[in-house]
Amino acid sequence: MILDNIASLKYFYPEASLIGTVIVLIVLDLAFKGRRGKWQAWVALAGLAPALVFSIDLYAGGESGSLFTGMLALDSFAGFFRILFIGASALTVLISVISSDTSRGENQGEYYAFLLMITLGMFLLASSMDLLMIYLSLELVSITSYVLAGFLKGVRRSSEAALKYVIYGGVSSGIMIYGMSLLYGLAGSTNLMEIYKALSTASPSTEFALFVSILFVLAGFGYKIATVPFHMWTPDVYEGAPTPVTAFLSVGPKAAGFAVLIRFFYMAMAGPGPAEGLWAPVSDIGWPLLLGLLSAGTMTAGNLIAINQNNIKRLLAYSSIAHAGYILMGFVLLSAEGLKAMLFYLVVYLIMNIGAFLVVIIVANQLNSEEIEDYAGLGWRAPFLAVAMTVFLFSLTGIPPTAGFIGKFYLFAAIFSKDEFYWLAIVGILNSVVSLYYYARIIKAMFLVESSEQPRLKIPPLHTTLLSVLVVPTILFGIYWAPLAEFVARSLEFLASGF
Amino acid sequence: MMSHILTLMTFIPLAGAVAILCVPRDKHELIKRVGVIATAIPLALAVLLYINFDRTTHQFQFVEHYKWIEAINIEYFMGVDGLSVIMVLLNALLCFICIFASWGVNKGVKGYFALFLLLDTGMMGVFAALDFFLFYIFWEVMLLPMYFLIGIWGGPRREYAAIKFFLYTLLGSVLMLLAMLYLYFTNDHTFDMTRLIAAGSGVGMDFRTILVWLAFFVAFAIKVPVFPFHTWLPDAHVEAPTAISVILAGILLKMGAYAILRINFSMLPLVTGHFSYFLAVLGLINIIYGALVAMAQKDLKKLVAYSSISHMGFVLLGISVFTKQGINGAVLQMFNHGTITAMLFLMVGVIYDRAHHREIDGFGGLAQQMPAFTGISCFAFFAALGLPGLSSFISEVLVLIGAFNVYRLITILAVSGVVITAAYCLWTVQRLFLGPLNPKYATLPDINRREMFTMLPLAAIVVILGVYPMPVLDMIDVSLSHIIEGLSPSPFAAGLAMLIP
Repeated sequence: MILDNIASLKYFYPEASLIGTVIVLIVLDLAFKGRRGKWQAWVALAGLAPALVFSIDLYAGGESGSLFTGMLALDSFAGFFRILFIGASALTVLISVISSDTSRGENQGEYYAFLLMITLGMFLLASSMDLLMIYLSLELVSITSYVLAGFLKGVRRSSEAALKYVIYGGVSSGIMIYGMSLLYGLAGSTNLMEIYKALSTASPSTEFALFVSILFVLAGFGYKIATVPFHMWTPDVYEGAPTPVTAFLSVGPKAAGFAVLIRFFYMAMAGPGPAEGLWAPVSDIGWPLLLGLLSAGTMTAGNLIAINQNNIKRLLAYSSIAHAGYILMGFVLLSAEGLKAMLFYLVVYLIMNIGAFLVVIIVANQLNSEEIEDYAGLGWRAPFLAVAMTVFLFSLTGIPPTAGFIGKFYLFAAIFSKDEFYWLAIVGILNSVVSLYYYARIIKAMFLVESSEQPRLKIPPLHTTLLSVLVVPTILFGIYWAPLAEFVARSLEFLASGF
Repeated sequence: MMSHILTLMTFIPLAGAVAILCVPRDKHELIKRVGVIATAIPLALAVLLYINFDRTTHQFQFVEHYKWIEAINIEYFMGVDGLSVIMVLLNALLCFICIFASWGVNKGVKGYFALFLLLDTGMMGVFAALDFFLFYIFWEVMLLPMYFLIGIWGGPRREYAAIKFFLYTLLGSVLMLLAMLYLYFTNDHTFDMTRLIAAGSGVGMDFRTILVWLAFFVAFAIKVPVFPFHTWLPDAHVEAPTAISVILAGILLKMGAYAILRINFSMLPLVTGHFSYFLAVLGLINIIYGALVAMAQKDLKKLVAYSSISHMGFVLLGISVFTKQGINGAVLQMFNHGTITAMLFLMVGVIYDRAHHREIDGFGGLAQQMPAFTGISCFAFFAALGLPGLSSFISEVLVLIGAFNVYRLITILAVSGVVITAAYCLWTVQRLFLGPLNPKYATLPDINRREMFTMLPLAAIVVILGVYPMPVLDMIDVSLSHIIEGLSPSPFAAGLAMLIP
C-alpha cells in the first residue's frame, strides 16, 4: 500500500501534533515572556500526550505501507520507536524540570520547543525509507541537538561541547551524503526498496563501489549511535551539555540511530534469507562481519576508557558507547531474534540510563558536583537515592534480577543461536565483567567509603517519586518481562511481511 | 503447605528482608528478631523436608512447576533430590546460626540484616531451583548482598576484597551463562534441568562440549574454590564479618561443588569422564597446597580460610573417582566442612571481638583465662583435623577408600595432607591456648552464652555424624548413585590413571 500525499495525512497525526505543539509553545513563549514558573515544561508534556495517543492508535491499527509516495514507512516498527521516543522525551522534560542546569534562566520556551523538534526528527528518522528523507531527518535531529548541547550559554564547557558536536556532526553527515550519492549512482533510486531490487540484480563488479558507499553511510549512522571510530564527540558533548540533554542524547537520538540503521540495512542491503526470520545480505560484501567488528571495538573501547573516568557524566558517556556496542551485537545476525533483542535492550536502556542520569541530576542539584569522589558516603546521606543508583548501575552491568540482565540475556541468546559470531558473545561477556569494575566504583564510593559525618540530604518528594517510577520497571522487567517481549516481537512483524 | 515448602523456604527470608526495610532504623532489637523469625521458619521447614523426604528414589521431590516466561520456555521450577535436601538443610541451619553470630553488628543494622536475608534467599534458591535460568538468577542474586556485606561491614581491606570477590564470581557467572545458552540451544530450547540431565547421556564429546564443560567448570571452580582460582577466597574470608565468613565457607563453597555435580556431572557425563583424572589432580593440589599455605599463616582467620581450600580438595578427589564411597564421602565432606568450618570461623570471631586482632602468635595460654572457649575451640580444631569419632574423619576416610583403588599414588599423597592438617591444627591450638598466659589478656571474658549457643548445635552434629553418619548418607545415597551411574573415565583419563595412578 503506497499512499499519496493527501491520503497519507491521516497517518501523520503524531508528527503533526508535535509540530502543532512546537508552534504553540513558541507563540505562548513570545506572548508570556517573562512569566515565571515552569509552565513551558507542562505545555511540552501536554503536547506529547496527543502524540502518544495518536501513536498508540496507529500502532494498534496495525496497518502497514508507505506514506508520501514512498518517503515514510507506515508500520509497527516505526510505531514502536514513536512510543519509545515519546517516553524518552517525556522523561527528559521531567528531569529538565528537576535539573538546576535547565530549569533556571531564560529561554525555557526555546528549550522545550527544541526538545520536541528533536522528537519530531526522531519520529521521521525511524520511519524514513528514502535516502533523502533519511538525510533530512537525521539533520533535523542533529542540528537541534547542537543547539541543546550548547544551551548553557554562559558556560564555556557547554559552548565547547556544542562546537565539537557541530564539527564532528558536519563531517560525518558530509561523508554520509557522499556515500548516499554513490549508492544512488549504483542503484538509480533513493528509495530503499528500489535500491534493494537494483542491487540484487547488479553485477558483481560493482561490489567495491557498494562497499565504499556502505562504509560512508555507516559514518553517518555510526556518529548518531556513537560507535567506534565515530565516538570521539561523545565524552566531551556528554560532559559539557546540560545533564538532561546528555541523558536525552544517550537514549533518544541513539535509539533513532539504531532505528534507521536497522531499516537501512535490513531493507536495502538484505533480503529474504534461507529460513523464516532470517535475512541474507544483498551481495557478497560482508557487512555483518564489518558491523560485528564495529560492535566488538565499540564495547571494548567504551569499557576500557570508562575505567579511568572521574567525572560521572564522562563515565556514563563511555558506558553509553559500550552499550551501543552491546546493542550492535544483535544487529549482525540478520535474524529476527537479534532485532528483537536490540529493541528490547533499547527500551530497557532508556529506563535505566535515564534513571542513572536522574540520580546524577539530583546529586548535582544538592552537592553541585559531578565527580565520583563526591558521591562518597551517599549511601548514608541519602539511602534511597543511593539504592536507586545501585539498581540502575547493576542493571547497566547486567546483573539479575534487573531489566538490564534480561536485555543482555536476549542479546547473548540471539548471538549464541548462530555459530559464526560466538566470538562476539565472548567479547561481550568479558566486557560485561570489565564494566562491573567501573560501575562498582560509583557504588563503592556511595556505600563502602566512610565519609566524615555529613548531614543527610533532603530529597524533594517529586524527585523521589520520579526515581521510583524508574526503579520499579528496572526491577520489574527483570522478574517478569513477557509483556515487553511481546510488544517488541509485535513491532517486528513488518519486517517479516516486508519481503 | 508441603506442596509449596521449597517456595516458602526460599522466599520467607526475602519477606523478612522486606519487613526489616519497613522497620525504623534505630529499632535494632526488633530488626534482629525479624531476622531470627525469617531464618527459624525455613529451618523448621528444612527439618520437615528432611523428615518427609522419600529416600528410596532419585527422583526430584516436592516439585513446584509453573510457567514463567512462555515465549522462551523459562519456568518457575523447584524440586529437591537427596543431594539438595542436605544442602538446603545445611543452609537453613547456618543462616539461623549466623543471625545470632551477627548480634554484635552495630553499624547499619537494618541494611545488614536485610542483605543477609536476601543472601539467604539466593542460596536457598540455588539449591532448590530446577530451571537453569532460575538457578542462574539465584546464583547471581547472591552476589549483590555478598558484595555489600563484605564491602560495608568487613575489615580494613574490605573494598579490595569485596570487588575482587565480585569480579571473580561474575566472570565465572558469565561463562556459565554462555555454557547454559549452549545447552539451551542444543536441547530444543529448554532450561528444564531434569530434561537437560535426562539428555545428558546423549551429549557426545567434541570440541564444543569440552569448551562448555570447561566454562561450567571454571564458573563453579571459582566458587569451590579450586586451585588456581582460589585467590579471592583468603581476601574475602579474612575481610568479611564473622557471620559472612561462616556463610562463605559453609554455603558458598558448597554451591560450587553442588553445581559441579548437578551440572557438569549430570548434564555432560561423557566429558566429565574425560576430565576425571584432571579433577583428581586438582583435588590433590587443593589438599596439599591449602594445608601447606594454612600452616604458614600468622593470621588465624587466614589459616581457617586456607584450611577450607584444603578440605574442599577432598570433595574434588571424592567426586573424581566415580565410585559410591568416593562420591558419598565427598558430599558428606561438604556437609561436615560446612559445620566444622562454621565453628572455626565463629571461634575466630569470638576471639577477635575480644582481642581485636587475630595474630596467632599474639596469644598464648588462653586456656587459663577462657576455659569454655578453649574447650569448644579445641573440639573444632580436632574435628577439622579429622579425629576419629568426629564427623570429618568418616567423610575423609570414605573419600580415601573410594579413591584408593583408582588412583593409588594420588591417594597416598592426599593422606599426607591429613598429616599436615593435623600439624597446623595442633600447632595452632598450642600457640593459642597453651603456654603462659599473655598478661595483656588476663582480663578477657570467656565465651558468652549467645556465642556458645551458635557453636553447640554444630558441635552436636559433628559428634553425631562422627559416630553415626547414616542420617546424611542415607539421604544422599540413592541420588548420588544415580549421578555416577552414567559416569566412567574416558580411555584417555583411564590411561593417565594407569600411567600415574
